[in-house]
Amino acid sequence: MKTVEEIKSAIEAAVPGAQVELVLNPSPSGQHSLRIQPGQAVAVAKFLRDDAEFKLDYLSNVTGVDWPSYLEAVYHLYSVEKKHGPVILRMRTVNRTDQVELPSLTPIWRSAEFQEREIFDLFGIVFTGHPDLRRLLMWDGFKDHPMRRDYVDPDDFEYEPTAHDDVLRRAQEHEAAATGQQPHQETGAGA
Amino acid sequence: MLGEGILKGLAETARNFFGSYFSAERLTTVEYPEQRIAPFEAARVFPFLVYDGTDWQAGLRCVSCQICEKECPPKCIYIEKSKDKKPDALGKPQFYPARFDIDISVCMSCQICVEVCPFEAIKMNTEFELSTNDRFGGLLLDREQLAKSNQYYHEIHATEAAEVDARLAAEKARVAAKATSIAAARAGEGA
Amino acid sequence: MNPSQGDSSIIAQRPEGLPPRTPIEPQSEGELLEIAMGPHHPSTHGVFRMDVTLDGERVVRLKPVFGYLHRNHEKIAESVSYLASMPYTDRLDYLCPLTNNWAYALAVEKLIGQEVPERAEYLRVILGELTRFQNHASSIGFLIQEMGASGTPLMYAFRAREKILDLFEELTGARMMVNYMRFGGCRVDASSAWLDRTRKVVANLPMFVDEFERLLCSNEILMARTQGVGVLRPELAINAGVTGPMLRASGVNYDVRKVDGYGIYNRFNFRVPLGDHWDVYDRFMVRLLEMKESLKILEVALKEIPGGPVMDSKAKIRGLRPKPGEAYGRIESPKGELGFYLISDGGPNPYRYRVRPPSLINLTILEDMCLGHDVADVVLIFGSVDIILGEVDR
Repeated sequence: MKTVEEIKSAIEAAVPGAQVELVLNPSPSGQHSLRIQPGQAVAVAKFLRDDAEFKLDYLSNVTGVDWPSYLEAVYHLYSVEKKHGPVILRMRTVNRTDQVELPSLTPIWRSAEFQEREIFDLFGIVFTGHPDLRRLLMWDGFKDHPMRRDYVDPDDFEYEPTAHDDVLRRAQEHEAAATGQQPHQETGAGA
Repeated sequence: MLGEGILKGLAETARNFFGSYFSAERLTTVEYPEQRIAPFEAARVFPFLVYDGTDWQAGLRCVSCQICEKECPPKCIYIEKSKDKKPDALGKPQFYPARFDIDISVCMSCQICVEVCPFEAIKMNTEFELSTNDRFGGLLLDREQLAKSNQYYHEIHATEAAEVDARLAAEKARVAAKATSIAAARAGEGA
Repeated sequence: MNPSQGDSSIIAQRPEGLPPRTPIEPQSEGELLEIAMGPHHPSTHGVFRMDVTLDGERVVRLKPVFGYLHRNHEKIAESVSYLASMPYTDRLDYLCPLTNNWAYALAVEKLIGQEVPERAEYLRVILGELTRFQNHASSIGFLIQEMGASGTPLMYAFRAREKILDLFEELTGARMMVNYMRFGGCRVDASSAWLDRTRKVVANLPMFVDEFERLLCSNEILMARTQGVGVLRPELAINAGVTGPMLRASGVNYDVRKVDGYGIYNRFNFRVPLGDHWDVYDRFMVRLLEMKESLKILEVALKEIPGGPVMDSKAKIRGLRPKPGEAYGRIESPKGELGFYLISDGGPNPYRYRVRPPSLINLTILEDMCLGHDVADVVLIFGSVDIILGEVDR
């Protein structure tokens, strides 16, 4: 199995116009990744899947990550035929607010279907070209994206006798607000 | 012959059925609550606080270091440190918990609090018949309900309690030896 | 075996002999019937819903809906420490808590470069294979129950499973939610009494597997209902990311224990059963044969387990702060490839904690397998995927 630099040069040679960036991984795991641009992602993916030397026909894992200024999708690729891997690809969106589109790799690897739906549901990345992009784990009418770091969960506290830290502060604020309106409903039972 | 597989299967079922009249291994039902299986020694249900001697307040080993509160995954422990100190088993004045609540409706019996406690103060109980009518207060165990004697600990976890006692005795001996050597050195200097 | 080729041609291909997929156009007189199988359903292995559109008895469309057990485990892990996530991993695939623990411990050990002592590796293999055995037994039992066998094979499987759970309770303190593996080994050492008891239990298990086989394998009802049903072609299986016994029943030789050789698995001599006809019967047989291979591994491991510590002395359990970086660690759990992807930013909590759930990804081709079959077969095909909702929804 080639090293990450060799994979990078192979992709750049095969897919014209591909800008591949090496993202080093400082941990002892040694799993470095390649950042590809959304424009050529489908072509790069097709090359990696069909090329005789790589034959990365098995997409194992698609992860969404929420960084402070952009969202990211990480793809872990393995080869069932050649039994090597992983090759890790990353794609970043432009920002977290309005430009959150990335091309979907579901037409290349079917296993991305549910995983990209989950990233759309929990992070908000819109995958263009996905055959059926709707929410997976949350119900269809749900509005926010729960896995983002700035997600505020709704204010429906149950009785929390041993509340700590952040939960304690919010429960106390919630109680104060509730007693302000309805003084008889109390001692913490119910929300 | 069609149906031969089904007949072979029925022979197996018959062997199990009639065998259960003769072999205890095939009759696996235990009619709880009239019959009970003795719990394993390592079994764990909910935590309890250990105290030495007969007075639970004086002998409580917990020094309110709050490590278990921090490490507890669902944050079900709530500790309030006391303002004054009391002497512990080694004679050193230590804080003690003015309030030590465990919410057993939240506790998931993971035993991490036992693992991280540096003072052997919290251990796992094996009592599981704890149902009450009061969902909130009845499942919030306070300090007094949680405090059980070291003798009780020996009854439920014999080998583990013996090891803990050995460790504490060794610690006590080490501290005493250090104290006498310091005193001897000081006396030597004085003279 | 044809490697995956083309792009949407894989997705558009359907098994031969079926009418072309047209959206909701009745083939015969009358309208199509839409039913929701689940979430409150005895055969859906948990809270799982399938929106099935039927033309008479034949399935025209099937959309799985889940998320009823979504507890956002990944977000909880971002707010607690690495150690505190370990008991939560028990609750992912709740039939196999030890393999979940192992996968997470492996991912963290990759992230921090932690070594594991040999005795701990042997213990992990023993517990992992015991878990695999009881999981496959339960899975076969549930499949046969859904076929209408009213629980007899399931209860036989549970009788064997009870013995294994007793072993777990004696060693770790809990039958299911074990919280046993740590980063750098195992939490508590196994006494020689426990090892003797395990050897006795493992010595009785082949008799159980033989009994199971005699009860089930030549049963005509089983064969008629499962052979030729739910065929999954190997190239579609690879492309859809299917792993575990389902992939091997489609004839693809890919077992993470052999490919990655994590732990000490390359010391053991075990075979990987593969299927010929790619149907539900093959998946059932692959699981049964894997139970036998697990017993082989168990016998060898129990004989060869060395002495020594079970926890690396330099390992830090509490207050672990890995250096910034990321790692993806995967194992062959009984359901498929279970992977954990961890991104650390140097703090005590992970920055991103991702579980690669085999059950969820194996469900990707559920619709493809069920199209054209009767609705009664949907339950069997779904049972042969062997999912567990704790993992699908997390």
